[in-house]
Amino acid sequence: MSATTADKAVPPAAAAPAAEHKRRLNRTPYLLLAPGVLWLVVFFLIPIFTAVSASVQTGSLDMGFDVTWDWSNYTTTFSQYSTEVWHSLEYSVICTVVCLVLGYPLAYFIAFRGGRWKNLLMALVIAPAFTSFLIRTIAWETILSDHGWVTRILSDTGISNLMVHLGLLTDPHQLLNTPFSVIFGMVYNFLPFTVLPLYTSLEKIDPRLHEAGSDLYCSGLKTWRHVTWPLSLPGVIAGTLLTFIPAVGDYINAYMLGGPNTHVIGTVIENEALRDVFGYPIASAMGVILTAGTLIIVLVYVKKAGSEDLL
Amino acid sequence: MTTKAVDWIKAHVLAFVAIVILVFLVAPNAIMLLFSFNQPANKYNFVWNKFSANAWRHPCASADMCSSIKLSVSIAVIATIVATALGTMVAFAMMRHRFKARGFLNVLLFLPMAAPEVTMGITLMTFFYNTTGSNSLGFWTIVIAHVMFSLSYVVVTVKARLSGMDPTLEKAAADLYATPMQTFRRVTLPLVMPGILAAALLSFALSIDDYIITVLTAGNEVTFPMYVYASFQHSVPAQIDVIGSTMLLITLVGIACAQVPQIVKSLRASSAG
Repeated sequence: MSATTADKAVPPAAAAPAAEHKRRLNRTPYLLLAPGVLWLVVFFLIPIFTAVSASVQTGSLDMGFDVTWDWSNYTTTFSQYSTEVWHSLEYSVICTVVCLVLGYPLAYFIAFRGGRWKNLLMALVIAPAFTSFLIRTIAWETILSDHGWVTRILSDTGISNLMVHLGLLTDPHQLLNTPFSVIFGMVYNFLPFTVLPLYTSLEKIDPRLHEAGSDLYCSGLKTWRHVTWPLSLPGVIAGTLLTFIPAVGDYINAYMLGGPNTHVIGTVIENEALRDVFGYPIASAMGVILTAGTLIIVLVYVKKAGSEDLL
Repeated sequence: MTTKAVDWIKAHVLAFVAIVILVFLVAPNAIMLLFSFNQPANKYNFVWNKFSANAWRHPCASADMCSSIKLSVSIAVIATIVATALGTMVAFAMMRHRFKARGFLNVLLFLPMAAPEVTMGITLMTFFYNTTGSNSLGFWTIVIAHVMFSLSYVVVTVKARLSGMDPTLEKAAADLYATPMQTFRRVTLPLVMPGILAAALLSFALSIDDYIITVLTAGNEVTFPMYVYASFQHSVPAQIDVIGSTMLLITLVGIACAQVPQIVKSLRASSAG
């Protein structure tokens, strides 16, 4: 946008020498772009094609791998690891929805009621992220432990029993090593990614629109539904995408807060890639499936939400 | 009930919800700080036993941990410098110049942010296996990976700063017979600097905390996140919480320092007014 205005800013009188000047300068953008673009092409784009080709190879690390157009890596993923694929999808979708439900009121509060504390409150949202997230996840291990007061309160109030009915827990006296603790950890880790874009788009909304809404006899809820919510949609879409994408590939919460029954596709990829000599073609196949799957979900979602300009 | 009362309740319900969520976000940091002063009863620092400053006095009790921190910091510094330089150049080209294949560039920059980390890790690992061999994995492959996933974030951050800039300032400099180089050095660069610094900070934070891509490109190297992840299998010493708390304190001091000019400005403004 502003690039074109800058280029058009050449006055007509100086057109002839400017044209020559421009032709000489024209190389500048390509020189500026070259190192960064090359880096991404070589270390991001080409590896995707290498992985696709590796996913149809068979062999071992010692004997070398040959492309045999063996598609079994793909069928194995779905036959042998369908539970893990399903877990990844299930956990990440629930996590994204919960993050939106929790993140929206927080972002709304900071944007419209934060006043002079706005920046401080946003710093509080972001600052925890500046220490290792692995250490923070370990802290949840302490908070949610079997003998901790959180577990006791939840089981005393009967909330645990409700969660057992919902299939989130199997034992009302145990929170860790369950789908609940995995999703809980994911929500905690990815909530700032939802809040940040939400806050940015809410903060841009003119508060006078709210006054206009109430002047026109709209209730607060109605104003929110017809004015605030539609205007905050870009933030909602960006926030849910920024949450869903890392969540679907995450396996750290499943590893630290979950148990043997909460493995996700990332767990299998790491195991296959690092601990099994024969595993790296199947790990590549799963990587390809995960990339393609995520991309399709993201594209369909963006298309449905009608905001292609986000891409 | 009067609308005033309804509004009061509504405002405070929202405040209450916001505070609960903020507590939820901050709670693990408080636990981390507290447990850095714990003397664990067993190998796992999960249950409070008794107060001790032992871990703070001997942060390097495990030599492996401290060498992993050194490795993480050196990787983060190099990756930050490279990613910030390359990303800033791309951002300038995109905001100040016309060129072909802009659509391709937008997609190329968007994709690394839209791909789950584990897939970038596994594809890159496969790439290194097939080109330079499995023995090549190590320090430099980690740096390459970290530059790759930070680049897009640098571009987005610097671009945002550039697009918020008043273009007339550069025109004014040109009107005052400044050469393009002078304009860049004296006008553009100082104005963009906060954006570049923010981008550098972001890529440093991304790099030092990354586990998934790192573990797949690390070979035999062990970074700090990898140390923490592995320690989870045999022992979690209190020293880990000491390091986490130190990182947090550095960040908080940094944020406070960044606020100082603003506070001074508002104090001056209020005393002048």
